Amino acid sequence: MPGKVTSMRDAVAALVRDGDTVAIEGFTHLIGFSAGHEIVRQHKRDLVLARMTPDVIYDQMIAGGVARKLIFSWLGNPGVGGLNAIRRRIEPASLAGERPLEIEEYSHFGMVARYTAGATNLPFMPLRSYFETDLPKANPLIRPIKSPYSDEVVYAVPPLNPDVSIIHAQRADANGNTQIWGLLGCQKEAAFAADRVIIVVEELVDESVVRADPNRTVIPGLIVDAVVVEPYGAHPSYVQGAYDRDNRFYLDWDPISRDEGKVQAWLREWVYDLPDRAAYIEKLGAERVASLRPGSAPSGSVDYGSYR
Amino acid sequence: MSDLGFTRSEMMIVAAARELARARVCFVGVGLPNIAVNLAKRTVAPDLEMVYEAGVFGARPARLPLSIGDPTIVTGATAVVSMFELFGYYLQRGLIDVGFLGAAQIDRFGNINTTVIGDYGAPKTRLPGSGGACEIAINAREVFVIMRQSARSFVNEIDFRTSPGNLGGAEQSEAIRKAGGWNGRGPSVVVTDLGIWRFDVTGEMCLESLHPGATLDEVRATIAWEPKIRSDLATTPAPTAEELRLVREELDPGGVYTK
Repeated sequence: MPGKVTSMRDAVAALVRDGDTVAIEGFTHLIGFSAGHEIVRQHKRDLVLARMTPDVIYDQMIAGGVARKLIFSWLGNPGVGGLNAIRRRIEPASLAGERPLEIEEYSHFGMVARYTAGATNLPFMPLRSYFETDLPKANPLIRPIKSPYSDEVVYAVPPLNPDVSIIHAQRADANGNTQIWGLLGCQKEAAFAADRVIIVVEELVDESVVRADPNRTVIPGLIVDAVVVEPYGAHPSYVQGAYDRDNRFYLDWDPISRDEGKVQAWLREWVYDLPDRAAYIEKLGAERVASLRPGSAPSGSVDYGSYR
Repeated sequence: MSDLGFTRSEMMIVAAARELARARVCFVGVGLPNIAVNLAKRTVAPDLEMVYEAGVFGARPARLPLSIGDPTIVTGATAVVSMFELFGYYLQRGLIDVGFLGAAQIDRFGNINTTVIGDYGAPKTRLPGSGGACEIAINAREVFVIMRQSARSFVNEIDFRTSPGNLGGAEQSEAIRKAGGWNGRGPSVVVTDLGIWRFDVTGEMCLESLHPGATLDEVRATIAWEPKIRSDLATTPAPTAEELRLVREELDPGGVYTK
């Protein structure tokens, strides 16, 4: 295999270590479900999971026992309801004497600012948020700071530097030069902030495809350690232009996630008992996969010009 | 469905959408705000620029977005930007006229809790948390709230202040917002399934209009404090046939928000 291309199994085995801070970013769009499942399958432990919106993937991973702590800004099943497996590990009434999941909570802008500080090697990032709220009391890492240029006081958040960031994308070349279109979330910031980066793509392309449209490159191969090619790896979330969100899955997850036994049975059936993403997609079935295909809406192309 | 020909949720969504008649740039929140703003765009505010925290300015969704990160908000939009740009350049820069928020708990001054019911360290119910709501409440020029009314949600004291409203009252809120350089003036309206509340000079919400079929007894039974009610209390105009058609046939044919 050329360049940094490897299997998900090998990428996770080599780059995700017990105790790591792991960020699988992607705001509703491009959520790295296949990577999350592989981390569960390999029984990683004591991870600090960071994600703006933990989404169903972290509900599954936390139910899979991989995490000791969660860093987040919005804890829900988008458009559906709560994340019940995570709630069971936070609410004392359902803990049954077990140690609760440690949480560290921000607002969205606070999380984005943390990754930005991490990506730009700064000791903190200031923002105009958190005034007169209880969030700085709930999380003492959110601190007021006086401007060095005026009497203004704003809030600061510390850098977030994941040991590993995992980013799903439409396409990359074998060296990890990665192109994304549609919602960009904070993937660029999360990747630049990280010590190690795993890119998972729908499609591996030749370097010339990347070079033909350099404005679309979000993450350069310079900071990428591994490239995994896994079509439909973001299911049940979506990939702009390739497949829609499988909303039925998100709805179905709600009753499953309310029952710990059902969650563990789901993980057995769809994660532990399957070798990889290809098997998951085969099990999902061609009809279900085909039903997620959107219509076409290609962009116009631009002319970069040739300058010799 | 009541014998009025529409549900209370439909009335709430329609009334909320009408509030956007003069808005230019609106930050769309998850859940009920999503359908209300999409209805406004199709009725009273065709020129409304819809901003989604996921990183979209000028969305033109062809279907009701299933979540605030739905791919339909991207296709055909004016701009797709990183979330840092969205929160920094658009919201914090002061370009958002209206932030449209939901709430689990609200107090008389419009302070909002979407974080926990009970103690933060040992919650009875863990809710989603802030998302972008905290900075939207601070930096959108004004805030509209849409939520169902119940004694559990309209409380004397919220369990956690996720998003600031008029703090302890208008005077204090204005002073703090001015001194702190906030872009936002705070909440201006709360639309519920029973009526429309607007904030008076003291910063407290005051019932301005009662929806058809709702009663003041119901209002009082679903609020923890003795509410202020305008002497010239109005009746909210019922949804028009066209508003109902848009909600039922185009925006929410599955009845997810309107049951």
